[in-house]
Amino acid sequence: MIEVKGLVKTYGTKRAVDGISFTVRRGEILGFLGPNGAGKSTTMKMITGFLRPDAGSALVDGIDVTTDPVAVKRRLGYLPESAPAYPEMTVGEFLGFIAEVRGFRTAAARRAQVDRAVALTHLESVRHQTIETLSKGYKQRVGFAQALLHDPPALILDEPTDGLDPNQKNEVRSLIKSMAAAKAVILSTHILEEVEAICTRVIIISQGRVVADETPAQLQARQPGARLDAIFRSLTQSDL
Amino acid sequence: MSQIPPLFKRELLGYFRSPVAYVFLVVFLLASVGLAFFLSGFFKSNVASMESFFFWHPWLFLFLVPAAGMRLWSEEKRSGTVELLFTLPVTTLEAVLGKFLAAWAFLALAILLSFPMVLTLAYLGDPDWGVVANSYLGSILMAGAYLGVCVFISALTKNQVISFVLSVMVCFVLALLGYSVFTEFLSGFLPVPLVDVISNFGFTTHFDGFTKGIIDPKDVMFFLSLIGFTLFLNVVALER
Repeated sequence: MIEVKGLVKTYGTKRAVDGISFTVRRGEILGFLGPNGAGKSTTMKMITGFLRPDAGSALVDGIDVTTDPVAVKRRLGYLPESAPAYPEMTVGEFLGFIAEVRGFRTAAARRAQVDRAVALTHLESVRHQTIETLSKGYKQRVGFAQALLHDPPALILDEPTDGLDPNQKNEVRSLIKSMAAAKAVILSTHILEEVEAICTRVIIISQGRVVADETPAQLQARQPGARLDAIFRSLTQSDL
Repeated sequence: MSQIPPLFKRELLGYFRSPVAYVFLVVFLLASVGLAFFLSGFFKSNVASMESFFFWHPWLFLFLVPAAGMRLWSEEKRSGTVELLFTLPVTTLEAVLGKFLAAWAFLALAILLSFPMVLTLAYLGDPDWGVVANSYLGSILMAGAYLGVCVFISALTKNQVISFVLSVMVCFVLALLGYSVFTEFLSGFLPVPLVDVISNFGFTTHFDGFTKGIIDPKDVMFFLSLIGFTLFLNVVALER
């Protein structure tokens, strides 16, 4: 579903992403791990077509994002880091706008999509509140609702549980898990338990390169008995 | 191009979701009508003409159009919603057009809300309706050209203050180039043909005809091509 081949992105003299390749199939939840500044967000931004790669390509459903970005964007749901949204709109207005741009042009179709997304992310109670008045957890859920509004075959989530309390984290995780059967999901995170809890595969990147690409069990098997964060530290040592 | 309506709608309603629209409309109408009454003697001139009202527009737009246009891209960049917008299935051109047309429609609304002036004229005298209609057309076209400049500059920075100050500067130069006092000053030491070329890039040069009731295709083309050119620059600036 998502195929990444040799992506490179350079900022000035710094190589933020240095030849990253991987594939994600439907039904997989890929955990994207790495220290801050390792290139996780940059990679995700290139897959979603927000940033242009300096080299390499990203394909979604066989379509290259650099040749037909709009077609790729139609197939993707994307939750950017810190879940940006238009603060002066209410949750309902904002999701209605997203639905309209996503091609649900009749009022009834739009309403159906927004109702579904609101129900999935439990936003009923704040539906008529403006986004700027929401707490961080609710804002995050609005971003999440926006990403899955059109029921996309591929989801890219940049730190989806960031800023949520433990209950909300659990809820988001079970939501991702329940949807994953028919979707390809990439999620970045700092929380290692999250990877154990929901990911079917883990990629660890360090200084713009993939240093591990395996199942959580295989990752654990690298140092049996060790905690995941110890393994993570030894793999990303070059970043320190 | 089918994506323009939802973007247009969101942007235009966005003005009214914050106090921006109301402050802008009130200030614009107070200033434009106030200048016509107190500085140009709208009543005292004893002529059923809107000329004293439209005379000030090039100078008023100098400050007010940058005020309405400075946030268009700067705000999206600062709050991160630009990432949301450009991972939705829209092309850069659609996004630019949607935004520009919404802001232009808002400015047109501000200009047209001066209609009580026209009603006053109709009640007190017998104005030349052709001239009045032409002046409105010219004013709206000129506002569009100012706006093109401001939206482009707004795409260059995430800082609204920088966006505003630079826009005022550039608009000031464009207004000044056609101002008779300035061109007379230039003709003191530059050859006349060169001064003519310079003044041809000025806004007032092309606006004056409209307020006298003349629709010169050259003037219409000047404003429209300036809009086209700045929108092109806008697309380039965003795709960079």
